[in-house]
Amino acid sequence: MSAPAENASSREAGAAEESRPSLAALLLDPSFWADWASVVGLVGLVIVFGIAQPVFLSVANLQALLLAAAILVVLSIGQTFVVATAGIDLSLAAAVMLGAIILGLVDAAGYGIFLACVLAVAATSAVGFLNGALITAGRIPDFVVTLGTLSGVTGLGLILSGGEPIMVGSTFLLRLASGSFGPFGYPVWVAISAVLVAHIALYHTRFGVHLLATGGQTESARSLGIRTNRVKIAAYTISGFCAGIAALLLVARIGSAEPQINTSLLLNSVAAVVLGGVSLFGGRASILGPAIGALMLTALVNGLTLLSVSAFYQPLAVGAIVVLAALIMRYQK
Amino acid sequence: MSAVNHSPSADAILACEGLSKHFGGIRAFTDVAFQARRGEVTAVIGDNGAGKSTLIRCLVGVHVPDAGDIFFDGRAHPFANPDEARKAGIETVHQNLALIDELTVAQNLFLNREIVRRIGPFALLDRKAMKQQARAMLSRLSINMPSVSQRVRRLSGGQRQAISICRAAGSGAKLVVMDEPTAALGVQETANVEALIRRLREQAVSVILVSHNFDQVRRLSDQIWVMRAGRMVATVRGSETTGKELVALVTGAA
Ligand SMILES: Nc1ncnc2c1ncn2[C@@H]1O[C@H](COP(=O)(O)OP(=O)(O)OP(=O)(O)O)[C@@H](O)[C@H]1O
Ligand SMILES: [Mg+2]
Repeated sequence: MSAPAENASSREAGAAEESRPSLAALLLDPSFWADWASVVGLVGLVIVFGIAQPVFLSVANLQALLLAAAILVVLSIGQTFVVATAGIDLSLAAAVMLGAIILGLVDAAGYGIFLACVLAVAATSAVGFLNGALITAGRIPDFVVTLGTLSGVTGLGLILSGGEPIMVGSTFLLRLASGSFGPFGYPVWVAISAVLVAHIALYHTRFGVHLLATGGQTESARSLGIRTNRVKIAAYTISGFCAGIAALLLVARIGSAEPQINTSLLLNSVAAVVLGGVSLFGGRASILGPAIGALMLTALVNGLTLLSVSAFYQPLAVGAIVVLAALIMRYQK
Repeated sequence: MSAVNHSPSADAILACEGLSKHFGGIRAFTDVAFQARRGEVTAVIGDNGAGKSTLIRCLVGVHVPDAGDIFFDGRAHPFANPDEARKAGIETVHQNLALIDELTVAQNLFLNREIVRRIGPFALLDRKAMKQQARAMLSRLSINMPSVSQRVRRLSGGQRQAISICRAAGSGAKLVVMDEPTAALGVQETANVEALIRRLREQAVSVILVSHNFDQVRRLSDQIWVMRAGRMVATVRGSETTGKELVALVTGAA
């Protein structure tokens, strides 16, 4: 890994290195706002909610907010890898459900919580691998394949569970959900680790460059010898893996495996990616952006709840923010 | 003008026989025999749509031909994909498949040949080394580039072409294939690329050059191959031909 200072701003560091624009010019440039939309949005929300409802800024609430955001952050990272290849993973939330159910079933069968966790993550990674394989080998559009697996995986989850929730009373998961280290709960640390690992993978490995090249111009990447099909399959497998981690966090959080998909998780993962400035056309991605986008969406829901706004208004607010962000993105460099 | 139909000789670095490629109902080329001799500059000329680029892409593994044999370095060696061709020592400047817009100049120059540092089991990119070497590669070809950390999206057509030429030439390949490398270049840049091709030849690197500029082709090439409407119709020595003869061969007016 190169100097940490370089990591932090790796995406734009290069451009700034040789011709650093003045701060004023930067603030007047719409593409600056587009690149940093999620940060600007998050800061804006924190200020607005902080003024409207001071409890929002209390340490306890901020800790709760981060805890609630952890699952979405992990999922958004998985979605980012897929979107970077110009794809989309619609089966993400269904994979989370399948992972949770497999975790519950294996644990209930008495094979121990560790095996249950491993099998859950293996199953969701396999779903991702299947997505990638179908898309590349079958030459079927990403949208269609993952829509298919969304349905198939949901069905599988229902069949396996018989439609009944499975209680998971593991002390390991209980500690994962409620324990903390330093200022943050364990789920937050899981999300932070995921962000770090993904950031390094995206910016500091050959895989990351090949991923962006594949998403940017698949044919050109292929003509330079990049195995674009493998890269795509890897991206979907990573997405599946992230769904598995999210499943562990989810089961730990609610104490049971529910045989229903949380559609807002799927939609919010795409929304976080868009808010994070990742191009839906592929080739352009960051990890911090979507992670902050996920934080922002969670802060929105948290703040509205604190202001006692009916939960019915939350999807409306999320939708408005995402469309607004998409409009701002048009000014992206 | 000699006959087109001869089997690859021992001094051919890249050759093909009976090569055909169709795209659905469109015939790109049929029954093509071609060879590039080791250490020579071999040109392929022909009108638009004659099939030159498709032939090149088949030879370097981008397309899989429908029929025919490809020989590299004397062995029957069709490349299943471009990675195998690059690993065998063939670098290609493609006509349209050049650069990745969203990556930087340095990232493009080192794409799929990234410099890494091993840290335990992990291999992390050595960006500093790549940037440094990228600057050196560009300046060696006197290519003017404000910054190697810039995305290529906003570069001019000529700058982009210069980068892909630089990538192909700067890697120590045995064979450099260039599909219309000077099409978007100014006078000075064209002269630079021609000097580069001569330099490659002096270093015993074989070159295959596709060009519409017959003067350039005659200046640079040892051997010239002519395609017309999907067929290889003639081959001549560069030193023994005239611009007039090339025009006649390309148009079929001879
Ligand atoms: N991927 C493809 N799909 C369908 N048809 C193709 C494809 N690539 C090339 N062709 C067709 O094959 C024929 C030969 O094209 P090619 O690009 O090889 O010509 P060329 O000799 O390189 O022409 P130019 O001088 O304009 O570059 C054309 O009719 C073209 O339309
Ligand atoms: Mg061509």
